[in-house]
Amino acid sequence: MDAAYAILALPLLGTAILLFGGRRTGDPASGWIATAMAVGSFVATVVVWASLLGHSAASRTVHKGLFTWIPVGSLHVSFGLQLDPLSLTWALFSSGVGSLITLYSIGYMKGDSSYGRFFFYMNLFLFSMLVLVLADSYLFSFVGWEGVGYCSYGLIGFWFERNSAAVAAKKAFVTNRIGDFGFMIALFMMFGHFHSFNYSTVLAPLASGRLTLAGATATGLALMLFLGAVGKSAQIPLYMWLPDAMEGPTPVSALIHAATMVTAGVYLVARSAPILHFSPSAQWVVASIGAATALLAATIACGQDDIKRVLAYSTISQLGYMFLGEGSGDYGAGIFHTVMHAFFKALLFLGAGAVIHALHDEQDMKKMGGLWKYLPVSSWTFLAGFLALSAIPPFDGFWSKDAILAAAWHKSPALWAVGVVTAALTAYYMSRQFVLVFGGKARWVDRAAEHGAAGHEAGGHAGGRPHEAPPVMTVPLVILAVGSTVGWLMNAPFAGLNFLERWLAPVFPARIAPSFAVATGTKWAIGTVATAFAILGLVAGLSAWRRTAERPALEPAVLAHAWYIDETVSAAASGPLARLASGVSFGVDAGLVDGLVNGVGRLAAQSGRQLRRFQTGYVRNYALGIGIGAAAILAYLATRMGG
Amino acid sequence: MTVPGAWYLVLAAVLFGIGATGLLVRRNVLVMFMCIELMLNAVNLTFVTFARLLDDIGGQASVFFVLVVAAAEVVVGLAIIVAMFRRRAAATADEIHILKG
Repeated sequence: MDAAYAILALPLLGTAILLFGGRRTGDPASGWIATAMAVGSFVATVVVWASLLGHSAASRTVHKGLFTWIPVGSLHVSFGLQLDPLSLTWALFSSGVGSLITLYSIGYMKGDSSYGRFFFYMNLFLFSMLVLVLADSYLFSFVGWEGVGYCSYGLIGFWFERNSAAVAAKKAFVTNRIGDFGFMIALFMMFGHFHSFNYSTVLAPLASGRLTLAGATATGLALMLFLGAVGKSAQIPLYMWLPDAMEGPTPVSALIHAATMVTAGVYLVARSAPILHFSPSAQWVVASIGAATALLAATIACGQDDIKRVLAYSTISQLGYMFLGEGSGDYGAGIFHTVMHAFFKALLFLGAGAVIHALHDEQDMKKMGGLWKYLPVSSWTFLAGFLALSAIPPFDGFWSKDAILAAAWHKSPALWAVGVVTAALTAYYMSRQFVLVFGGKARWVDRAAEHGAAGHEAGGHAGGRPHEAPPVMTVPLVILAVGSTVGWLMNAPFAGLNFLERWLAPVFPARIAPSFAVATGTKWAIGTVATAFAILGLVAGLSAWRRTAERPALEPAVLAHAWYIDETVSAAASGPLARLASGVSFGVDAGLVDGLVNGVGRLAAQSGRQLRRFQTGYVRNYALGIGIGAAAILAYLATRMGG
Repeated sequence: MTVPGAWYLVLAAVLFGIGATGLLVRRNVLVMFMCIELMLNAVNLTFVTFARLLDDIGGQASVFFVLVVAAAEVVVGLAIIVAMFRRRAAATADEIHILKG
């Protein structure tokens, strides 16, 4: 169990080494250090997981206190870890997928001038995420929450000399702050109501039924926590930062989208299930926002040309599914999809990275094509990720999405319908991406033909035809492809094979997450319909884009511009909002607030200037003053004595 | 014959008034200084008078304190005045007003 400390200590150690010696260790030693620490953290997580498996199902919640962090009056916030099935699930896939991404980055970032800084952030990112999930209180978790936000800022803006990257980093940070604001309000409410932040004192009594929560309190608390989750997990209305996060290096996108960061919101909602239980309306909000986001982002993904942007919108869409599952009351399904998504989305991003790498930083899918024969490993692995995301059986996505759709059906057929339509769109945009990148004719410029032999002089990958990435990059791809293909076996919906569900069961007792049975026949029907829709989308995408890359009718400007939501927001922000802000700044702040402060100062100065005149410097004036004063005192004393 | 105590007090009041007036109206630092001495001694006279009228030795004792303070004051005051005269030929009290606000 003491291995639990190593889970956090190793990435922190790596962070420290790279912070102080990153420049000296350089390329590629920094990358190997970071990878070793991440892998070590993963191994430690596996050890803890194995020892938890030794416990009986009911006693799989273990506290590891370190010290009391904030002892103030009745408030005691401990610096401690809570090891339970939920936190361990997150720690396992975060550190596992995170390790693979770090390994991949060794090859991808080769030759970058800030090699050490990149891996410093990678390790710190992993550390923050692990703090977030392993913390034993909301407040300690918030530390990791903010750490993740900071690291995303540092990594999205990694190439900060590019203006667009700096702007995207700022956008991500500011948007996240709005969500963090909700989280903080939730913390205040929680302290007001429970006088504690610890999971054991806040959530455990609710889960065991020793305590109930009034509807209004539960709704307020749940909605504020969900606002935090919305910011971190890029849901409506705070999703805009995620597509722009593509400005960072591709492994960062994989890390943010798959293993860390965006799944934090899903974790927070799952963790807060006991609170959510007391507020059916908040559950409806979670499910509806999830479904709406899933559909909206999927439509936008259909009109994007940037290979990473398609994947970014698809992440938003898939996160919507996760919230749909959680809001529908099936936390297991949401978490199952999160884990599956970690596999295939990391795979897709890393595959996209390999493509971008091969084409010398080209990200426009319209300038790709025909890469199948040049990038065999990337193509095959990308195919696995593509089929998994498109929910084609028997790949990962099918099983987890099916579980979510069954829960949504139970909640409301309308939510289910949105989910199914989104599934079709998902299959469509992914097949479009796949054929645009790997199929059809080559639309990229053949550097080898253009430059001749000269291209090779610049180094290993600076010229020539697209070629497969080095093993350090393809090995993670292969591992993730295997995960995307057979990972669903961890929670197969057959008797006795639903390991993940049984593993998570102690965290979501029937009291707070009432289990519901969807009839087997209905399940089959749901699975069949969803698969039919997915295949429909798949066929549509393949047939539409197999021969040509130019179909303006299928890419209306409104989709390419993401429904103009970004433009509307920035127009509103730079127009009326900016005027309001400058009004407040110059009118209220400069006029009223500053006026008050300056007025007090001016009053003091003015009265001093007037009082100064009494000090003439002439001795007789002072003498006269003393005389008059003495006379006045004498007169006063005389009258008093006389009276 | 004995002089009535009230006469002493009147004399002291007159002396004090002369001193105070002189201090206020004269410009010469030396004369102002002498006026202060006059006022101090007027006060001394009242002390002594009351000591005799009330048959209390405390008044006489106070006079000694006033004399000592006056002597010390003369030493410091004259030193300042001498220093002033060294810097400028004719020093009047109105010329030294650089401490005005």
